[in-house]
Amino acid sequence: MSEIPHYLREGFITVEELKQIIKLPSEERLRKRPVAIPECPQEIPCTPCKEICPTNAVLMENPNAIPIVDYEKCIGCSLCVQICPGLAFFMVHYVGDKARVTMPHELLPVPKVGEEVILLNRVGEEVGRGKVITVVPREKSKGDTPIITVEMPIELAWEVRAVKVVRE
Amino acid sequence: MRLTEHPILNFQEKRGKKVTIYFEGQPIEAYEGETIATALHAAGIRVLGYTPNKHRPRGLFCAIGKCASCLMTVNGIPNVRTCITLVEDGMRVERQKGKPKLPKDAKPPKWKDAKKVSGDIVIIGGGPAGLMAAINAADAGAKVILLDENPMLGGQLVKQTHKFFGKREQFAGVRGVKIAEILEEEIRERENIEIFLETSAIMLLQDGDEKLVVGVRKNKELIEFRGKAVIVATGAMEKMIPFEGNDLPGVYGAGAIQTLMNTYGVKPGDRVLIVGAGNVGLILAYQLIQAGVEVKAIVEAMPKIGGYFVHAAKVRRLGVPILTRHTILRAEGKEKVERAVVAQIDEKWRPIPGTEKVFDVDVIALAVGLRPSIELLHQVGCQIKYVPELGGHVVIRDSRMETTIKGIFVAGDSAGIEEATTAMLEGKIAGIAAALEIGIASPEWLREIEKAQKELDEFRAGPFGRKVLEGIKKVVIE
Repeated sequence: MSEIPHYLREGFITVEELKQIIKLPSEERLRKRPVAIPECPQEIPCTPCKEICPTNAVLMENPNAIPIVDYEKCIGCSLCVQICPGLAFFMVHYVGDKARVTMPHELLPVPKVGEEVILLNRVGEEVGRGKVITVVPREKSKGDTPIITVEMPIELAWEVRAVKVVRE
Repeated sequence: MRLTEHPILNFQEKRGKKVTIYFEGQPIEAYEGETIATALHAAGIRVLGYTPNKHRPRGLFCAIGKCASCLMTVNGIPNVRTCITLVEDGMRVERQKGKPKLPKDAKPPKWKDAKKVSGDIVIIGGGPAGLMAAINAADAGAKVILLDENPMLGGQLVKQTHKFFGKREQFAGVRGVKIAEILEEEIRERENIEIFLETSAIMLLQDGDEKLVVGVRKNKELIEFRGKAVIVATGAMEKMIPFEGNDLPGVYGAGAIQTLMNTYGVKPGDRVLIVGAGNVGLILAYQLIQAGVEVKAIVEAMPKIGGYFVHAAKVRRLGVPILTRHTILRAEGKEKVERAVVAQIDEKWRPIPGTEKVFDVDVIALAVGLRPSIELLHQVGCQIKYVPELGGHVVIRDSRMETTIKGIFVAGDSAGIEEATTAMLEGKIAGIAAALEIGIASPEWLREIEKAQKELDEFRAGPFGRKVLEGIKKVVIE
């Protein structure tokens, strides 16, 4: 059974696995502006990310191919994060000693700008706290999915993929 | 408990007028537009009846009218499917024990009194396949009769809160619930489509050159539908797996939970164990979290996740464990589920002693696959074959969805288990093909069939389509 990839046995992908499937952007690129990262390693018939991209930065040879982002063409507009039916697109941006991660958030409550939230990694473990920088509400999102950008310690940029909103 | 807030759905807007129904004499709060079983569930009533012989408790299982576990006596009439029968103010609902009797003053409808409705094409089932068949057959010029036994159109789309995959012109990126609204609007604006809801097709017959569908509306009115062609788009039914206690109230098909929670806004319970990590199980887990329900774990007998990885990743990052190579051993509880016991299995699928884990749950969701609903096709004499890749017994058909009986077509899950996207494409093909066959559609419509066939090929071209394609090879004849 060694041919079954780890991510299909466990239901989450590690950064090491991700790196082997899609090359990650350089540190220089991550500092320039936000960049879209697809965490979509499986061939499924799906193309909205490619169809919505205004700069044709999402490459896909056929509807079943996995999306690969041309990081130089990507302008960090977040439309792919909004439209992706699998909620599998994220954006990462390095700003000073912080990272800003953009992610879908289809749960209640939707956090407010400036609110502190608990950061969750790919298996739902609490790994720290971050601050919400921007919120695109559902009404303004191209794919009916609210998206949020959360500022966090830079070393968590490749771990955090969800947040928990705790209000007293 | 009824949901008031939801990240995707707005139940406050949807709920009808408050009414009162009586369960074994006790008043229960209900809302117009919801089913009896839903109202009972919201009031915390899980045991809907007892089996005639051993008096084992029965609860909701499929919630779409396809099984017998919700049968109750309503206003004195026994064996009413409370999962698809809407509440009415003052309704009297009782559990059944033993063999129920029809009251002496009840008058079942007589065949000679049956209302007669004629059209060109009769479509059975108002889900994604049936709706697309109706739209396309109507546009090709046919007078269409569309019937569905549920109180609303849309089939299983009405509970799909997730966004669809595929191409954007096939509704990718759009939520299933929204697709149901769009298709219903399309249907309602076409004057040559007549809709019969809460109408069960109970018989399909050949009558000379005509096809005859016998329907029963609202549990009492007999209707005779006649057409030159029939499209059967009756969907599928949840599969069951054997384990101790699998008949306890609180063990549901995954779809039933979606119906309660997403169609009617009623929480299925507080703590859930899901069996099956295919797309249905994974999507269900996410939807439960969105409704504020705790998902303890997803167990999967296969060594890997069967559904899309992206669906698994969505629930994993919210803390739901997925236990591959695990199975459910038993459901425990007195009158309803109180616990689930699971265990790891070895390569021969035998439980490994000492690996048992107990989950305190009040709901066990079975997402172990679907089988096509082919009863009507079986009854009318269509040729049938067992094709495991398509979910079980399916009918032999050609590439235009016509069965071995001329003028009888099939589409969607009743033609083989796939997805709503492929169901819509098959529905389109069947609708046009039926209109062509009875001489109504002009030959230009052939191009639309070819276009839909091409899109189907493309959708099935990836690794996830491989199994389906193997199955299709076994049932499609030219």
